[in-house]
Amino acid sequence: MSISTLIAENQPETFSFTSESEAEIKQQIAKYPAGRQASAVKSLLYIAQKQNDNWIPMRAVEAVAERLEMPVMRVLEVASFYSMFNLKPVGKWYLQVCGTTPCMLRGADDISRCIKDKLKIASGETSACGKFSLLEVECLGACVNAPILQVNDDFYEDMDYQATARLLDELAVDNKPEFGSVIGRQGSESEDGATTLKAVKKTASRSK
Amino acid sequence: MPKLTVDGIEVEVEDGATVLQACEEAGAEIPRFCFHERLSIAGNCRMCLVDMERAPKPIASCAMPAGDGMVIDTKSERVKKAREGVMEFLLVNHPLDCPICDQGGECDLQDQAMGYGHDASRYSENKRAVSEKHMGPLIKTVMTRCIHCTRCVRFSTEVAGTPNLGAIGRGENVEITTYLEQNLASELSANVIDLCPVGALTSRPYAFVARPWELNKVESIDVMDAMGSNIRIDARGSQVMRVLPRLNEDINEEWISDKTRYAIDGLRRQRLDTPYLRGKDGRLRPVSWDRAFAAIATKMKKTKSAELAAIAGDQIDAEAMFALKSLFDKLGSSNIDCRQDGAKLTAKLRASYLFNTTIAGIDEADAILIVGSNPRIEAAVMNARIRRNFLNNRTPIALIGPEADLTYPVTHLGADISVLKQLVSGKHKFAKILKKAKRPMIILGMGALRRADGQSILGIAREIADKTDMVTDSWNGFNVLHTAAARVAGLDMGFVPGKGGKDVAGILKAAAKGEMKLVWLLGADEIDTSAFANSFVIYQGHHGDAGAAAADVILPGAAYTEKDGLYVNFEGRVQMGRRATFPPGEAKEDWAIIRAVSEHLNKTLPFDSAAALRDELITAVPSFAVLDEVLPSKWAKFGRIGKLSDEPVTSSLSQFHMTCAISRSSETMAACHQSIQAASSSLAAE
Repeated sequence: MSISTLIAENQPETFSFTSESEAEIKQQIAKYPAGRQASAVKSLLYIAQKQNDNWIPMRAVEAVAERLEMPVMRVLEVASFYSMFNLKPVGKWYLQVCGTTPCMLRGADDISRCIKDKLKIASGETSACGKFSLLEVECLGACVNAPILQVNDDFYEDMDYQATARLLDELAVDNKPEFGSVIGRQGSESEDGATTLKAVKKTASRSK
Repeated sequence: MPKLTVDGIEVEVEDGATVLQACEEAGAEIPRFCFHERLSIAGNCRMCLVDMERAPKPIASCAMPAGDGMVIDTKSERVKKAREGVMEFLLVNHPLDCPICDQGGECDLQDQAMGYGHDASRYSENKRAVSEKHMGPLIKTVMTRCIHCTRCVRFSTEVAGTPNLGAIGRGENVEITTYLEQNLASELSANVIDLCPVGALTSRPYAFVARPWELNKVESIDVMDAMGSNIRIDARGSQVMRVLPRLNEDINEEWISDKTRYAIDGLRRQRLDTPYLRGKDGRLRPVSWDRAFAAIATKMKKTKSAELAAIAGDQIDAEAMFALKSLFDKLGSSNIDCRQDGAKLTAKLRASYLFNTTIAGIDEADAILIVGSNPRIEAAVMNARIRRNFLNNRTPIALIGPEADLTYPVTHLGADISVLKQLVSGKHKFAKILKKAKRPMIILGMGALRRADGQSILGIAREIADKTDMVTDSWNGFNVLHTAAARVAGLDMGFVPGKGGKDVAGILKAAAKGEMKLVWLLGADEIDTSAFANSFVIYQGHHGDAGAAAADVILPGAAYTEKDGLYVNFEGRVQMGRRATFPPGEAKEDWAIIRAVSEHLNKTLPFDSAAALRDELITAVPSFAVLDEVLPSKWAKFGRIGKLSDEPVTSSLSQFHMTCAISRSSETMAACHQSIQAASSSLAAE
């Protein structure tokens, strides 16, 4: 994985933050004491990524470095460390499948298999249509409703092969279904319904 | 001062010391890869594990501060097993290519695998492979060998101040690289080769050239700048194969600049290996020593002493200069000068031309004013010390001269020298900082002193020093930063015009008018030789550079690696350079050539050996008697208070890599120079 395979081959010539990004940057930098603005590096990289179709070109890395008065290499180190940052363009729907133990035990392999069957892509690849990219990641932190498939910023929980297939079909026609548990779990109760605290009167359920 | 027990031995270490240092104090050897005394602590190789009483598991001794009452065991069975385990993990992804690795024979991993590792590998999977990285013309990378100690990253960030090395990726995929594989843009870059504990970063010019055990190692002194860096010259047969730094805490610590390390391939090119004589047809032809001497003798005997001149170059040893000075004294000529660049320094008062603070003294300075100098180019290793002082103390540093990136922030006071007047009057903001500082420093570069008003600048700088109490009993903050290794020795012995004598500018002017009949250039290549069209020019030196091209007689001398010689660095520290190889062909040591000429002139100099010459030199100039030390020098009034010209101040060197006859002949230095120009032109194109 040399730098040439890590970053996009076609890099844009320029990059500049939009006015919305600028406002957010101001807010993020303000969180840290004066002179410690480098602490905002991850926030700024994320802002740059959001602004630029979910990936970070090198010009954006340089822009972040300049804004935070950091050596550009330090910013690249951070950007290349986290799987959250994409240094190459990704499809409109960026799929992240959790493969860590709880999800794996609950059938994460089925999600991966479905994606492979339908889109013919493996982790780190983008589909031929250009719409989908896949990355197998470590724990997404939602083990209670495992297995998880993350699409862009949203979690689809309790996935299985069929649910994944349905989701991909919807996404293929640019229709993003409601996120959350596909079997209708509200909190993190047992799949067969709540088994304890049954005497407690139900007051309000979390709106979806 | 914590007291601890290591392997039953009680030791007391300084506050802030680590357990590893305490173990060393107690005589226990601790293997390590990532730890380095001069870099920050990373604690990521885990090779330095030791047992600590009441600790549930072995601790990384490099990252653990020594505490009072600690009981450390470095020889327990568990430590042995832990080291074996760490070593086994390191070797999982390290190729066993020692036979084709340039680090072989001087590799930390190789040595420590022998000392602390298993005898055989249990690992039978495929090893990870990493693609090579481009880091410029000096550093060759074999990144599969990298064990991610990050010494190189920490060096370039902390010491060199050019943070473009880093580790990208995560976990098993970590790779060390420069940003988008740009060159490692530092004058100290090649020190990462010494720091690399494995063969991941090796020397590109030295790749597959020699093995360490084939080399003759000679401890010597560098002449590429005026610092007098301590070096080790490794030679095989008649060739210098490489130059490495030698530890000297007071000068270069354990770093050397890239020019010091890599200009040596210039020693193999453009060499003068036989005497030459210009014939009637204007062409230089090889001749015997006797004919060359005879030609010189005939010419010299016909020339009046006032029409003789000698100019000494920037890399000449003190012995040769002293021999030439003695000869010219005997001939009755006082047209001698060692200040090729026309620096307006006089030889009267030592403190007026020395770096009085000393290099080690920089660590204590609390305000620094730099005038007409770019220390990053002129003394790169010293510049790292100024940077360290800034990092430790946030020292205010101001610069008068062309703007430059010195690897630390400076307040730029413009390039107009008249700022000095405001500084003297105390009105300037920085004058107040200097006044308030306890140990202020001023560094005067040749960019300021070589100007026509150099004496006035010297005088006004001295006045600033006096007014801001820079000179006390325990501190002298007045410094002149020389760029020529031979300059201080020349000034010490008075290789400057005597009564009625002409300096370099005067010699050139007289020669242009046809009044200087004979000029002896002792390794002097940095002057405008076109003025010598009507003079008889004797060039004595080792390279066919500017001086040799203008010569009527060429006397082939020895380069700094080919002779024993005394050099005085800009602090006034006398050091002895040692011979590593013999001069090529018929070339001879410089003092011996001058001695031979003196005999042909019937003015035989009174020494037959280098030792006798040195005795003579010490008698004439006692400061040469004390080696490796800086003698205190007396402070008095010097310089002139005169008019300052309104020309902007320049820096004396415009670039780093090609500044002398040796480095101009070096292919490696040329490649470095080109790569910097290519980088800056591609930046300009953007």
